[in-house]
Amino acid sequence: MGIIHEPGQEGKMKKACLEVKAVTKHFGGLYANDHIDFSVEEGEIVSIIGPNGAGKSTLFNCITGFYPPNSGKVFFFGEEITHRRADTICKMGVARTFQVVQIIGDMTVLENVMTGALLRYGKISHAVKKAEEVLAFTGLGEKKQFLGMALTIADKKRLEVSMALATQPKLLMLDESMAGLTVVELREMIDLIKSIRKNGMTLIVVEHVMEAVMEISDRVVVLNSGKKIMEGSPKEVVRNPDVIQAYLGERYVVGQ
Amino acid sequence: MTEQLLQQVINGLLIGFMYALIAIGLTLIWGVMNIVNFAHGDFLMVGMFASFWLYTLYGLDPIFSIPICTALLFVMGVLIYRFVVSKVMSGPMLAQLVVTFGVSIFISNLAVYLWTPDFRLISKPLLTGTWVIGEIQLSIPKTVASIGSVITSLFVFLFLKKTKTGKAILATEMDREAALLMGINTERINSFSFGMGAALVGIAGAFLSTYYYINPQVGGVFVTIAFSIVALGGFGSIEGAFIAGILVGLVQTLGGYFFDPAYKYAIVFMIYLITVWIRPQGLLGW
Amino acid sequence: MRKMTFKQICTGVIALIAVGIFPLLTTNTFVQHIMILFFMFGMMGVAWNIMGGYAGMFSFGQVAFFGIGAYTSSFLLITYHVTPWIGLVAGGLVAAGVGAAIGYPCSNLRGHYFAIASIAFGEIVRTHFNNWKLIGAAEGLSLPMLNEGFKNFMFHSSKLPYYYIMLVFLIIALVICYLISTSKIGYYLRAIKESHDVAKVLGVNVVWYRLIAIMISAFLTAVAGTFYAQYILYIDPESVMLLPVSVQIVLISMLGGAGSVMGPVVGAAILIPISEVTRVWLGHKGTGVDMLIYGFLITLISVYQPKGVWGLFTNLGKRAR
Repeated sequence: MGIIHEPGQEGKMKKACLEVKAVTKHFGGLYANDHIDFSVEEGEIVSIIGPNGAGKSTLFNCITGFYPPNSGKVFFFGEEITHRRADTICKMGVARTFQVVQIIGDMTVLENVMTGALLRYGKISHAVKKAEEVLAFTGLGEKKQFLGMALTIADKKRLEVSMALATQPKLLMLDESMAGLTVVELREMIDLIKSIRKNGMTLIVVEHVMEAVMEISDRVVVLNSGKKIMEGSPKEVVRNPDVIQAYLGERYVVGQ
Repeated sequence: MTEQLLQQVINGLLIGFMYALIAIGLTLIWGVMNIVNFAHGDFLMVGMFASFWLYTLYGLDPIFSIPICTALLFVMGVLIYRFVVSKVMSGPMLAQLVVTFGVSIFISNLAVYLWTPDFRLISKPLLTGTWVIGEIQLSIPKTVASIGSVITSLFVFLFLKKTKTGKAILATEMDREAALLMGINTERINSFSFGMGAALVGIAGAFLSTYYYINPQVGGVFVTIAFSIVALGGFGSIEGAFIAGILVGLVQTLGGYFFDPAYKYAIVFMIYLITVWIRPQGLLGW
Repeated sequence: MRKMTFKQICTGVIALIAVGIFPLLTTNTFVQHIMILFFMFGMMGVAWNIMGGYAGMFSFGQVAFFGIGAYTSSFLLITYHVTPWIGLVAGGLVAAGVGAAIGYPCSNLRGHYFAIASIAFGEIVRTHFNNWKLIGAAEGLSLPMLNEGFKNFMFHSSKLPYYYIMLVFLIIALVICYLISTSKIGYYLRAIKESHDVAKVLGVNVVWYRLIAIMISAFLTAVAGTFYAQYILYIDPESVMLLPVSVQIVLISMLGGAGSVMGPVVGAAILIPISEVTRVWLGHKGTGVDMLIYGFLITLISVYQPKGVWGLFTNLGKRAR
């Protein structure tokens, strides 16, 4: 008497990479996140969009341990990570970048990435090797001796992504990584994100640049005034009247 | 017993009003240009000495020399900003911290060199003596100084809220870049604010000279207490500094009364630590 | 920090030999005294650097640790006849413990706020020691004149043993600092200095690493304190716990170059002889001229060489666009 596995059942046993359940965060009377629910499967790219002030960065902070949510839970591959410290969550495999790019200005590009690599490779020589691998992947290899503070904004963003990748995460969360980039730099960043995903990474991306969102996302979650107002494929989202109203106001909702 | 307590409360208020004035100058400088002015206590000392020498050499009573002290300290503050502090504004934070230490050591020892480390006292000020109300003793010079401090603080408050320069200062305090974009010359605001901060503490010094011992090292204790006050009130908040100054004056006297007078300053420093641990923005800070 | 090049190692060895032979070439005890102070402040500068230059915690209260070290070992010696060598370790541990206890609630303080907290800390400790009858209060402690010898950590006939002991301490401190700077801890501390958020997001337990830096710094500073007690044979709060000494420690590191291993040594080499010489030549009359010059120097250094002189010596050659 064995256990009969029906074909296709294995997939259903797998836990979602990230599950956000009813996460709520308020500051005084202002609800920055109001019962946000969504989940992200392994290997997906999910974009979070919404007008300014919708609560996107707050949500990031709640998920990655920078703010403790007032209520709700967050699960990472089935394990609860709500209220855990930010560095613990990083050790568990969640890496993120910031809306205002944060790198270590006094260190070289290589040293910056090494600091990330040191999480998994305690020995300096190993960390150097890992860092060089990551820099080769993200295309910053030739600038590895440049000081962090001397980089252009696009390179700083790439460095920030490199540092995050060096911690060998299973989930990479990017906060407005396309902001302030030129057309060429945008293309490079999109390509980078695609190749990161090709290596098996799951990504959650907060973005304003719609062309990027359309191109890279498997699914899109839309926030407005703290609430999730819609979730779907990029094409569905872009046509949704609630979404259009949120961004542009009611006047622009024209039939369906 | 309650009269003794009341006396302590009054003493606390009297010193608190002086602390408030000293702290307002410090918080103004901090709020506008993010500089911790460790030389603030030495500005106080210069104000005290200015008043003393005007009295000793020209017979000018401290109350009347206040305008002169104000102007003198204002100019001194502006010069120190222009020639020293402004040059480290774009430098590393460590340099910003250390430079005012350097100015402090320089000024206090210049005073030692010029005027010897001896303690001085203004022997026959115009305002002297004590009002006695029942069991309560109210030192006249201290009371006048407190009233002067309140009037000055009010003046500062109105100046900041009502005049163009004042509003520019507040704007720079709140958001430096935005102020720049609005056409405010933030460098000039810096200069002015530094001068104003020095002038305020100079006025406090002139008032203090009517009853306090004057010597080159007198600034040290005052400045460390002033930091606790500024932290408690909220870095950059004028109203906060005023209220906190009074509170700290009360805590100091009552703390010394209930516990050990030797620890009265230690208690004040504990306030700083507790404030930054529990409520880093202070009572009224942003 | 990069590993040392061959050229740097050679220079270091030569400097070491020079410093080692030096006291044998002069019988001037004043000069030897200056060198001993130079080593001592150099060590405290290196200790400060671990907290301040690397981790960004600008402490203006190091004298508290210095005093705790001096008092712990002296008290144990006087009251329980514990050898100063054990007292030295005890003092270091007490200082580290106190540092961690104060450092923990201050874990989120940075920059100016941390600096002021450290001043408050230093002053509270000094006030406490000034009033603590058990350890002599304001009168201080006089160490007993024991038989000369290594075991008693006391030498009466010559300064040379003190010279070499302090030199060894300094070298040990430098080695520790070097090891930190070229290891995981060093990178993490520098990340913390830049931004707590960056550190957290790379998996660094910010609170823990800050405490480690404080504890190491406190321990080393306390060791210097014990040395001082054994050297001068008298300690009191007004001489071992004053704020200006803390400022001097910061200044040494800043002048030499905070954030580099050898920086504080260079800073001490410049500043200590100047301040000692001006103090003896100009300060004894109480005119304050020596301090006047000192204050002027501090101001000058902050304005014109805030990054320190060490960077001028080594051509670090980091490329920038």
